Amino acid sequence: MPFIPHTEKDVHAMLESIGIRSINELFDEIPPELLIDQLPAIPKALNEMQIARLMKDRAKQDENTLCFIGAGAYEHHIPAAVWDIAGRVEYMTAYTPYQPEASQGELQLLYEYQTMMASLTGMDASNASLYDGASAVAEAILMAIRSNRQCQSKRVVIPTTLNPLYRKAIQAIVSKQSVELIEIPFDEKTGRITVEAIDKIVNQEFAALVIPQPNFFGLLGDVDALTDWAHQRQALAIAVVNPMTLALLKEPGLWGEKGADIACGEAQPFGIPLSSGGPYLGFLCCKNEYIRQMPGRIVGQTTDADGKIGYILTLQAREQHIRRSKATSNICSNQGLMAVAATIYLSLLGPKGLKRVAAASHQKTMLLAEKATKLKGVEVLFHGHYFHEIVLQLPQPAEPIIQEMACYQIAPGLALGEFYPGMDNALLVCCTETKTEEDINKYIECLKQALKNKAIKK
Amino acid sequence: MSELIFEQSQPNRSAPTQMPVDFLSDRAIDLPESSLRTTKPLLPEVSELQVVRHYTNLSKQLFSVDTHFYPLGSCTMKYNPHIMHQLASLPGFLNRHPLSSEEHGQGFLACLFELQEILKAVTGMAGVSLTPMAGAQGEFAGISMIRQYHQSRHDDGRTEIIVPDAAHGTNPASASMCGYTIKEIPTLESGDLDLDALKKAVGPQTAGIMLTNPSTLGVFERRIKEVAEIVHNAGGLLYYDGANLNAILGKVRPGDMNFDVMHINLHKTFGTPHGGGGPGAGPVAVNKRLLPFLPVPYVEKVDEDYRWVTDKTATQSIGQLSAFMGNAGILLRAYVYTRLLGAEGMTRVAEFACLNSNYMKKRFEQLGFKIDLPERRASHEFIISMKDQADAYHVTAMDYAKRLLDYGYHAPTVYFPLIVPECMLIEPTETETKETLDEFIDTMAKIKQEAMTNPELVQKAPHTTSLKRLDAVKAARELNLVYTPVV
Amino acid sequence: MSNIPSNLRYTKTHEWVRKENDGSFTIGITDHAQSLLGDIVFVDAPKVGNDYAAGKECCVIESVKAASDIYMPMAGKVKAVNDKITTAPNLVNADPYNEGWLFKFDATSAADFEQLLDAAAYTAVEQADTH
Repeated sequence: MPFIPHTEKDVHAMLESIGIRSINELFDEIPPELLIDQLPAIPKALNEMQIARLMKDRAKQDENTLCFIGAGAYEHHIPAAVWDIAGRVEYMTAYTPYQPEASQGELQLLYEYQTMMASLTGMDASNASLYDGASAVAEAILMAIRSNRQCQSKRVVIPTTLNPLYRKAIQAIVSKQSVELIEIPFDEKTGRITVEAIDKIVNQEFAALVIPQPNFFGLLGDVDALTDWAHQRQALAIAVVNPMTLALLKEPGLWGEKGADIACGEAQPFGIPLSSGGPYLGFLCCKNEYIRQMPGRIVGQTTDADGKIGYILTLQAREQHIRRSKATSNICSNQGLMAVAATIYLSLLGPKGLKRVAAASHQKTMLLAEKATKLKGVEVLFHGHYFHEIVLQLPQPAEPIIQEMACYQIAPGLALGEFYPGMDNALLVCCTETKTEEDINKYIECLKQALKNKAIKK
Repeated sequence: MSELIFEQSQPNRSAPTQMPVDFLSDRAIDLPESSLRTTKPLLPEVSELQVVRHYTNLSKQLFSVDTHFYPLGSCTMKYNPHIMHQLASLPGFLNRHPLSSEEHGQGFLACLFELQEILKAVTGMAGVSLTPMAGAQGEFAGISMIRQYHQSRHDDGRTEIIVPDAAHGTNPASASMCGYTIKEIPTLESGDLDLDALKKAVGPQTAGIMLTNPSTLGVFERRIKEVAEIVHNAGGLLYYDGANLNAILGKVRPGDMNFDVMHINLHKTFGTPHGGGGPGAGPVAVNKRLLPFLPVPYVEKVDEDYRWVTDKTATQSIGQLSAFMGNAGILLRAYVYTRLLGAEGMTRVAEFACLNSNYMKKRFEQLGFKIDLPERRASHEFIISMKDQADAYHVTAMDYAKRLLDYGYHAPTVYFPLIVPECMLIEPTETETKETLDEFIDTMAKIKQEAMTNPELVQKAPHTTSLKRLDAVKAARELNLVYTPVV
Repeated sequence: MSNIPSNLRYTKTHEWVRKENDGSFTIGITDHAQSLLGDIVFVDAPKVGNDYAAGKECCVIESVKAASDIYMPMAGKVKAVNDKITTAPNLVNADPYNEGWLFKFDATSAADFEQLLDAAAYTAVEQADTH
């Protein structure tokens, strides 16, 4: 019996202690008509060798191509030490550190994680992680509404330049609490939103403005002006950032005159594999005055009975196991193991390494764009400053080009037509430090070929 | 306590092999000055060996299932087979971008589809979506579906969710996140739900009820069919909190108990690792009437091909709950686990989880510990109350918990459920040997002796861990959540 | 046995109320309530100017292991809050009837004060609570 260590003798002795004759008697309080004899439609057990063979065959079907897709999940180099250590059984098979004396390793690590994230975002505090980037933004929105006591409304302003997949998840998560999301369309020339544009649309009171930087198209926006604009209207500014870019870009805590109030997003770029979409690592950081409205686990420093420094879960009275229906969120678990990986990654890279990864990703994306726009009919769609993703406007629909390039083992990017009506020819491309100049040349070569093939077939 | 990684930092130290080599240093960074960072983030400047040693050493200050018996009630800390991790980490799975094409994910999608089918079979439900990223998100998804169901019928007056007082805190919190008000109903002395109170509580305002069965008290809700009837007759739906599904796996199915919707904590029933608090996964299962509302995406099989079902076709779906499709890597691990168990192995999970639990319960009773609901059959977990000892010797459940650490055991859950004073919720799981259970029981008996003869020894525990008891009040009053370097 | 001053009025939910010379009222939690909660780590006080109906939640007191709502004993408008307890919440434990007061309010109807429990009635509530 898989993973069950009992010998017949054990079972016999245990039943005797309990005072019953068979294991089935343990279920005698269950109404007999509800009991089933067997589970149909479940395959017979495999042993380890058999399941390994099956999974290896399946993984092979998915062996990947050269990937230039970003859109919220980024392929970066993951140092070998990251998962050698994060994968240690102690980190892997522990639970939430409820008994701090037996969990100092995890707790100290999370305190270090909180420190790194708070510093990268320029905030005062960080929680110990959330599920993923999309749900982190949703939680940030709910947190902002709770925090903003100046404002009676549950309205939140969101630009359509926020990742459309995030917008879907946010809608599903916050709409049940009658939060109203006001979507702001982007300027068709610049791919961004401006203070002037929002000012025209938003004429009611609102609790918070969401500011993505870079935005979904990879573009940098005028975050200082947007932050100040929100503050002038007594609203909170929520920064949605790729923390990798913060090695180079101004931290949200310093945006505008007073800085953003909450910073959140996806920390998957820090040592976490693409892995088909998860598990990833949502992060949430904020200024001091909002800490008590923060959802999720938070680790604090304290001392033990002998006065030695140690770490412990704190501010638990916010959480569901104490506050129940009045908790800041229903969140119970976090993505602890992912936070372990991110902390080890950030320690290995350090400030210098992280900056070089960010810079290399930016420069390689610029190089790719430069080369791609030399192809006939290929242009950069929006004029502006891109970080490490860029929108290429192709002379024909992007989707068939993607299919064509798949034949060359290249995933050339994301077709934007699905998310933005009328943008069928637009391709969102991402380059990270993992791509060599040869990779980029191969990309350009295949794109050229694909454009030609598809043009002929037309 | 260990030095923080920041305290080991020296300016200009680094791990050079981790830097991109073909960094295009001749190219300028073409970004506006005003958007650039001018401060250095507080990341350590250390060597690779320093990092490796620091985090390896930290891992040694951590109790885990692979190193310690961990009878944490309600959390199911059972063995997590190592093969799950190895197979979920195959490059084909690990390097796949979530937005890459379905053609380049057939192997992955096949695993998810089969996992959906297996979960349907074990729950007796009609449909499964794997996307919720944790049990609490599964609850949110489930209650959202109940809400959407009533809305689709223009049954708009249903504003309340009923929750027993013994429920997990996530239940009322999830219902509240879905915009419902909570009506709490009491539990009888017998551990069953108070049906009279339930009958009074239901009405045209009832959207549904959330139940854990076996309950958090570790006993089976015997009159579950009546509960279902009362709620259904009032027009409400039944939500099954799958936190304790492992206690009935292969024995009773929530679908047969007439539940309409449920979540499954894969990290409890299906052996995926808890990772120091996550990631978990909380797939939802529904009966026929809630099928249209399942969260997207989920997988369908068309001929021999596996395809994502998205909001394009599932137009009544409650939507998506994550950027992509949830905690894929955890789902793969759970899939491996289900295949290793097979149908028979799954039934054994419930049988032996309950055998271990009832055995321990009996032995504790014989040793004079006060058992909550002694006359009831325990499920996979049971409760002992330390109230008598707290009154007599001022030794609390928390003191017991801390003293257990000295003996090399992770403590059981203490002070939950909230309705039993000074309680310890003990869940041994099916993967522990009788010897381990016996040793744990002997240790508890020993602590009981200590509590009588030398209470201070227990009150001041732990003594052998790297730190003594930590000051939770100080942590909350003098918040220190990030390290500030000494200038 | 906890301290129950005879010059105050009380609620079943363990708040005390004091009538001030200027006609306003001061509210806090009883000695019994603070001892049940344990070490108080945070008080989420209401905003000055807020109106509350009688019985409404108006304030939250947190200890490490619990969070407790404070209910408005009589309808009124918040006049002043005790700033000291935001930085030193332990005052609520140390001196619940004096330094640890929560806030002052102007009552909609001062006569409501007479409807609250007196010390003897509250003593009975507390005894029922501990047994």
